[in-house]
Amino acid sequence: MTVKFDQYQTNKSSDKQIEKLSCFHCGDICPDQKISIGEKYFCCHGCKTVFEILNANELCEYYDIEETPGITPKQDLITDRFAYLDDQVVKDQVVEFSDGKVEKVTFHTPAMHCTSCIWLLEKLHDMDQRVYSSIVNFPRKEVAISYNREDMQLSEAAALISALGYEPLISLDTVGKREQSSAEKKLYLKIGLAGFAFGNVMILSFPEYLSRAGDVDPLFKMVFGYLSLALSLPVLLYATRDYYASAWAGIKSKTVNIDVPITLGIGMLFFRSAWEILTQTGAGYLDSFTGLVFFLLIGRIFQQKTYDVLSFERDYKSFFPLSVTRKVNNTEAVVPVSKLMPGDRIIVRNQELIPADSVLLKSDTTIDYSFVSGESDPVSKSAGDFIYAGGRQVGTTIELEVIKEPSQSYLTQLWNNDVFNKPRFSHLTKLVNQVSHYFTFGVLAIAIIAALYWLQFDTAVAVKVFTAVLIVACPCALALSSPFALGTALRIFGKQGFYVKNTEAVEALSKIDTVIMDKTGTLTEARQDIIEFSGETLSSNEQQMVKSLVQHSTHPLSQKIFQALDVDSKLKVESFDELSGKGIKGLVQGHELKVGSGTWLGLISEEIDAEDLKTRVYLSIDGKIKGLFLIANVYRQGLRPMLAALVSNFKTILLSGDTEREKANLVNLFGNEEDLYFRQTPEDKLAFVANIQASGAHVLMVGDGLNDAGALRASEVGVAVTDDVSAFSPASDAILTGDNLHLLASFIKMSKATMSVIVASFIISILYNIVGVGFAVVGKLSPLVSAILMPASSISVVIFTTFLTSLRARMMRLT
Amino acid sequence: MFLLMAASLTASLIFLAAYIWSVRSGQFDDKYTPSVRILFDDKKKSKKMEPESVSGSNEEEKE
Repeated sequence: MTVKFDQYQTNKSSDKQIEKLSCFHCGDICPDQKISIGEKYFCCHGCKTVFEILNANELCEYYDIEETPGITPKQDLITDRFAYLDDQVVKDQVVEFSDGKVEKVTFHTPAMHCTSCIWLLEKLHDMDQRVYSSIVNFPRKEVAISYNREDMQLSEAAALISALGYEPLISLDTVGKREQSSAEKKLYLKIGLAGFAFGNVMILSFPEYLSRAGDVDPLFKMVFGYLSLALSLPVLLYATRDYYASAWAGIKSKTVNIDVPITLGIGMLFFRSAWEILTQTGAGYLDSFTGLVFFLLIGRIFQQKTYDVLSFERDYKSFFPLSVTRKVNNTEAVVPVSKLMPGDRIIVRNQELIPADSVLLKSDTTIDYSFVSGESDPVSKSAGDFIYAGGRQVGTTIELEVIKEPSQSYLTQLWNNDVFNKPRFSHLTKLVNQVSHYFTFGVLAIAIIAALYWLQFDTAVAVKVFTAVLIVACPCALALSSPFALGTALRIFGKQGFYVKNTEAVEALSKIDTVIMDKTGTLTEARQDIIEFSGETLSSNEQQMVKSLVQHSTHPLSQKIFQALDVDSKLKVESFDELSGKGIKGLVQGHELKVGSGTWLGLISEEIDAEDLKTRVYLSIDGKIKGLFLIANVYRQGLRPMLAALVSNFKTILLSGDTEREKANLVNLFGNEEDLYFRQTPEDKLAFVANIQASGAHVLMVGDGLNDAGALRASEVGVAVTDDVSAFSPASDAILTGDNLHLLASFIKMSKATMSVIVASFIISILYNIVGVGFAVVGKLSPLVSAILMPASSISVVIFTTFLTSLRARMMRLT
Repeated sequence: MFLLMAASLTASLIFLAAYIWSVRSGQFDDKYTPSVRILFDDKKKSKKMEPESVSGSNEEEKE
């Protein structure tokens, strides 16, 4: 007998090796053939309903674009669950645009995953005439719907897409934030402008380069010069603004960041060129100037690999639901969570979150706090018990009385800690800035010495040499090497399911010396444990007997066995006894049942098998061992070699909110006992990280839940592990998909390799600069030399870093 | 000569303006979806399934 259960089964199953009937809509395996339309079989009524809707609207092409594209719609949810959206306050936050007859709203729908989804979601107007149009932004997983607001309510629009399986995700923080793209837009504009200026100035400069002196008519020369100047002016005033701002910020905080020499260089380039053109003493270096800016901006865009779907800034607000069912005088109404007041009575259904600290009114229940506290077992609560916000209700519908407003709850207190207000990476001294510090002073020294030397002979030449040194030493290649190397690393990580927020995080990752891991949801899978029974096959009656017995025990293992057995549990149990640390026993139908540890049942065997990390619970009936339940606290794959690699290279620590019951397994995995800490509250974790940092450690925190949020934030690099990237994950610097956790050690190694590539490219670009400065000090920096040297050095450094970084990744098998 | 320069500059300025307009109007906001959208047919290919088979299935289901 094998009992497997998986409540959070993902819907977009792409299993190709399905032998059984698979659902025509979503591709999941059909439990039987009962639900069908003609030849088409469905796994559930939800899927069938979606098919019927599509069929009625002649939209079955949906199934032709991709195979089994469907998503099972959420079932047993109340029909008016979007009613709160029509509340004016909420509506104002959600609706983007409302004018006359048209209203426009953008929903985030994480379920969207394929071409068919795009097709269907853009055909909404065929299904409902009140919808004018719907436009999908696939990278963001958003659908923008505009509809006739006289005929249609916002809640109806939400219900329309959720009926198709595309449940919109509306939470407190997805509401009303959409301006991050404007920065990217500006960058595109700047690149366009710089590229335009670069191209045209280059053309205007060619006559000068390609002719012998005096060939070009002085009039043309002048016109070309003035035109170039006019074209470069917007580049100076607009496109390079960020560099001035950053350099100024650096000087104010008394650090010489890379943007200081860049600003110095481009400033010198422009003003010397302008002076040469206006006084008609030369052609200037405006093509180098615009080209330089163009390359720098390209580096910037390369560095900004953005993951539109992911959010790295989530806090508890996005974890909590936006609405809750409130009960007033026996009538239920869906209201926004923000309107909840102490004293309100609320209804929470199976798998829903408890939005505020409250007291349980009726019936006993179990609450799953795994995401909040790290405890992997649901906690049982009885009427009158105080229940903290953030738990997930497991089982029947419960009624609660709210004690505190949602924003005042115990859980949300964590976000009042100071670490949440500090800007990220404020302490990170970037390698490039360290180098630029010496670089800038070195260049200035050379420029001044050269100028002083020339002053003895010719003041004009001295000025020329001084400016030429600053121009040619503009660390263009230096500035480009780290965005390209780190940007390449960022992309490589992204392909492996490791989504890093920005290049600073990659650099911070390379400096890590301590790794702190969470257990529940990080090392173990957040999904349900798998319980197997091995031994004699149990008859249905025997299963009933076992289930009836374990029902009486509150021990987590008993609870798990109870849930895993799919029979009823109505048999009477007599003389039940629970022996702590051993097991339970009782008389059922005259048979003596014992469920517990092997040693208690007289077996001489180890409790935990070192290899498969499963907890064993033995069963005996009338003194005869029937077999054992194998309960796996499902550890992720490939954990052992990964942890071995971590332990040998870094100080590796476990901070778990759970009890010690998995300790033996974990000691086995980590190889020692000292660095394992259990029963850690969210505050403990935060304090632990802060403490270890105080002693000089650079911490990588790996966690998944709200209980890790503080520690993730306090650490140098916080990595959130998640099984579904569009689902909630706490604020972090990187999001790692659970399946790729085993690559973590390689990721850290890769980040270190990337930094060494950067160092190598620094050396190359400094060599280029030495050559350039060589030309400059002897007063021979012609515009042509500069026009060749600058792009050549930049491009070669870019190619070098990108290629080498990819090569290192390939050597580590990360591509 | 000046005419040629003016012409080339005007042409490039037009392109710059077009580019700025395209960025402003949000054509760079989503670089993936339009590439898929263009492949969809406008006409409806699928027809409704015969009502008999739909009702027939309901009977099966009641078993």
